[in-house]
Amino acid sequence: MKAKNIVTLFFALLAVVALISSCGGVQGNVATNGSTSMEKVIGVLSEQFMNDNPNVNITYDPTGSGTGIEAVKNGTCDIGLASRALKSSETGLVGTVLALDGIAIIVNKDLSVGDLTVQNISDIFTGKITNWKDLGGEDLEISCIGREAGSGTRDGFESVTETKDACILAQELTSTGAVISAVGSNKNAIGYASLSAVEGQDAIKAVKVDGVDCSEATVRDGTYKIQRPFTLVTREGEELSAAAKAFFDYITSSVANDLIRQAGAVPVA
Amino acid sequence: MKNHKGTVEYFFRLIFLICGIAAVFCVLAISVYLLISGIPAIREIGLKDFLFGPVWKSERNQFGILPFILTSIYGTAGAVILGVPLGILTAVFLAKAAPPRIAEIIHTCVELLAGIPSVVYGLTGMTVLVPFIQKIFNLSSGACLLSAILVLTVMILPYIISVSETALRAVPKEYEEASLALGATKTETWFKISIRAARSGIIASIIQGVGRAIGEAMAIIMVSGNVANMPSIFGSVRFLTTAIVSEMSYAAYGSLQRNALFSIGLVLFLFIMLINGLLRLVSERGSNK
Repeated sequence: MKAKNIVTLFFALLAVVALISSCGGVQGNVATNGSTSMEKVIGVLSEQFMNDNPNVNITYDPTGSGTGIEAVKNGTCDIGLASRALKSSETGLVGTVLALDGIAIIVNKDLSVGDLTVQNISDIFTGKITNWKDLGGEDLEISCIGREAGSGTRDGFESVTETKDACILAQELTSTGAVISAVGSNKNAIGYASLSAVEGQDAIKAVKVDGVDCSEATVRDGTYKIQRPFTLVTREGEELSAAAKAFFDYITSSVANDLIRQAGAVPVA
Repeated sequence: MKNHKGTVEYFFRLIFLICGIAAVFCVLAISVYLLISGIPAIREIGLKDFLFGPVWKSERNQFGILPFILTSIYGTAGAVILGVPLGILTAVFLAKAAPPRIAEIIHTCVELLAGIPSVVYGLTGMTVLVPFIQKIFNLSSGACLLSAILVLTVMILPYIISVSETALRAVPKEYEEASLALGATKTETWFKISIRAARSGIIASIIQGVGRAIGEAMAIIMVSGNVANMPSIFGSVRFLTTAIVSEMSYAAYGSLQRNALFSIGLVLFLFIMLINGLLRLVSERGSNK
């Protein structure tokens, strides 16, 4: 009898605690809008944040960086998401770098070429250089492997190397893993993949770009060229709502670093 | 007692009816959904530009699916050209020529072949076949139409073999005995009597293989390169099915791109319906004879 009472008391207490904790904290809606490439990062972060703060609802509209910036300017969303830095013409807004997206250029591990310039890479993917021997490698025709239209990695790669719409590909694959295994089994191949996905892969190697290794450190200090910032865009001189501010502070703090890494980006906090 | 029996009978009949309706409902729902979601894009792009447009570039809003249609037709035709003789000869061997023991072993293997999931075909194709093709034809990339055709050939083989085999076994013994008694050799009998008598079953098996080949996506997306080129045997190509798979995950909801993907689905659906209609026609003709 007594034991039963204690159990009941325990559960009652638990219920009260749960009630109190859910009453406290922030509540409200946070609308984010913008870059499709940031879907994974924002997805992971908002999921964790909504778990910790059940009264907050975070929405994400994958419309593209330009639209996201436009939306935050018009006030139709709280935080705009851009997978590039703000342009000088985009005034009245503040950009905060959430993370960096490093894109590794990968080739087969047996290929003797290990160092390319951004120009080389752009020439390879647009079909101006078609043989590895032109770059000091073996006499092998180059086979370019890319990602499907709409992929964030493709968008990032093509915008940094300025090859938008101009890539001549031999294969267009639908996942990072497929690109890595295709490059790993083909000595002619060159491809690109998120930095985080390349680590620990034996069949491939990430080439140096302009003499710089591709690593978290070189992405963070900016010496590795093929990267872009994931930027949070807010209105200048205007307070965010309590919920949006809590979310913003959370994702830009170092607490979120592991989650950002998990989503394949390089944290900066 | 009798009344009780009647109730049970009624109850089960109802259950059977519901099960039957469920299948019909699914087909209807899918057809209607495909029509509703597939037509807007076709209307916006224009039927001619959609079906016969040679360029698919979704980032530039160019949605012509001619390369996909041709690739699907070429790929399926290639698989049939390679698979049909191989399949029919195997079926003849199994039904007529093989010693029972060996026939059983081969039969088990064929059944296993049919049971392998298509993603495994794709994976094996990607890691074994593609590098092999690349090496023997000295290409820069082995992911091409030829690889896809080879994978499809192996995938449709079990269908052709097992359906043809059944048809060949059903040929009345008297036909063959009569032929042998007239002095024809066994080979002559098989080719001139058995195959001819089993014709409608064999044709049905081929059509079934075509249906399987044209609807396959998972296996060939991994070996075909998946670039929206006009088909060429050593070129990277994209099929109707793989076109949907490869872009669906990124197509924004309500965008023209997404709608166009549904329209591809509609075209594919019509292809499959055509093939099914053909199959029915052939099997009906076969049973009327």
